[in-house]
Amino acid sequence: MPDEKFISIEGISKRYAGPGGSGDVAVFENLWLGMRRGDFTCVIGHSGCGKTTVLNILAGLDTPSEGTVIVDSQAIEGPSLDRAVIFQSHALLPWRTVMGNVAYAVSSKWRRWSKAQIRTQAQKYIDLVGLTGAEHKRPSELSGGMKQRVGIARALSIAPKIMLMDEPFSALDALTRGTLQDEVRRICQETGQTAFMITHDVDEAIYLADRIILMTNGPGAVLAEIVENPLPKNRVRVDIHRHPLYYAVRNHIIDFLVSRSRTFTETTPGFDPRHVPVVRPAFIEPTIAAASGAPARVA
Amino acid sequence: MKTVSLAGRAAVVSIALFVAFILAWHVATRGIGSVQQMSPEYAKLMGVTATQGKSAMPGPLDVGAKLWEHLKRPFYDNGPNDKGVGIQLAYSIARVGVGYLLAVSFAIPIGFLIGMSPLMSRALDPFIQILKPISPLAWMPLALYTIKDSGLSSIFVIFICSLWPMMINTAFGVSAVRKEWLNVAKTLEVGTFRRAFTVILPAAAPTILTGMRISIGIAWLVIVAAEMLVGGTGIGYFVWNEWNNLSITNVVTAILVIGLVGMVLDQILARFAKLVTFPE
Repeated sequence: MPDEKFISIEGISKRYAGPGGSGDVAVFENLWLGMRRGDFTCVIGHSGCGKTTVLNILAGLDTPSEGTVIVDSQAIEGPSLDRAVIFQSHALLPWRTVMGNVAYAVSSKWRRWSKAQIRTQAQKYIDLVGLTGAEHKRPSELSGGMKQRVGIARALSIAPKIMLMDEPFSALDALTRGTLQDEVRRICQETGQTAFMITHDVDEAIYLADRIILMTNGPGAVLAEIVENPLPKNRVRVDIHRHPLYYAVRNHIIDFLVSRSRTFTETTPGFDPRHVPVVRPAFIEPTIAAASGAPARVA
Repeated sequence: MKTVSLAGRAAVVSIALFVAFILAWHVATRGIGSVQQMSPEYAKLMGVTATQGKSAMPGPLDVGAKLWEHLKRPFYDNGPNDKGVGIQLAYSIARVGVGYLLAVSFAIPIGFLIGMSPLMSRALDPFIQILKPISPLAWMPLALYTIKDSGLSSIFVIFICSLWPMMINTAFGVSAVRKEWLNVAKTLEVGTFRRAFTVILPAAAPTILTGMRISIGIAWLVIVAAEMLVGGTGIGYFVWNEWNNLSITNVVTAILVIGLVGMVLDQILARFAKLVTFPE
């Protein structure tokens, strides 16, 4: 890839003053990460490891105690229209309609555009997320899934260099979440959108992401591994779990979350945060049933 | 059994309570009947209370008749001490209107400033805390002395009493705007002015309108007292003047009218509040 470091996180740390002046507490320490243009990156880690802080730093809503983030060879200095955020709580302006919310973003990006131009652009993205016909509804009249669709349309409508998503689907029911994951995947593939997403959902990460970043537990969290997703680019929801490598990836991540995320820092003494190991799960790990010699489980 | 809507049943209860109140009032003011024996000359000097046993308090029929009389001729002007209720109300409403709008034009910008700037919030807090609990009428002598005009002084008193609830509510509404909405504006690189008008103002509008509604209520309470004090014109002066005339009927009528106007003012603000309220 020509753009190996389209987005580059360079040695960022976040520290807070400890209680009673007992020194600083580092949420995470010395993170290095490069993201390619058009890549979909997911971050998985336990609560409190600073995932959201990383995303807020990328968004420019928070500043790192140390280090910088470079987007398209420019250091981040605060929020920018280049980086759109999809908030967990959708964060729609309740006094504006669907059209009003999307048009607000469009008119913020292109301030000299005429009303007609703004409407056309907003309409394009409202159609893209499948909300045609709901333009004049207010957020209170929409379901949770539809609200998040508006959030996605608003983020995409300003043609950002990167789309930042902070657990965008965690407040939705399972069915809606599935549909929206399909939509996000379709849109990102169609538009070649670079995306960075935080999630707790391993299956969501495997379905959506090209690369899954595993973060250890805080305080003092680090990026432990970059898991390259070995599943084919054209994966679809209906049979993704039948792919021979699906459970290899899944088990690898689950193992990390269950045990290694806690002990990683102690058990990996020579860890170099500048060169996070890239792992590409390639074989099916033995299942629990086979390993313990118990009879095969009924699936 | 036919079911009647809640509103319908509430109306029935309201009417029943009203009728009961009017009846009780009527019975209570019917007259005591104990008439003193006195010479006809002396009786001429005494009122009907002493000579015919009529109650000193007007009954509902007296007030109704007086009200009708005022409604028929609300705008007559027979000189300084005898003006129609309509004219007196117009004076009061005009004073409240001017003082209130003046207060709006100060309170909302200052409230915005306080709400947006933690520094100004802390810096202005002691002044507001001290000025807020002062009875607006306590300003009256100072206003009369400096402004040297009783009409303008009562406008100033309205201004000062309407100021605080609006300012405090605006500051609160502005500072309590949801962080995520501000973050939306930040990530869209919206400038300070555009942010104030497109995010903070609509988000804080319901709270600001609540403050404005409280203020108009207080202003209407205070204008009566202020006009009693400065005299000349206005519904407050009318009440005091009729008390001096010992026309309790007129006083009761004026009380009723004051209540009605207050309700109308409140409803107007409630209508505005409804316009800017958004469902979440």
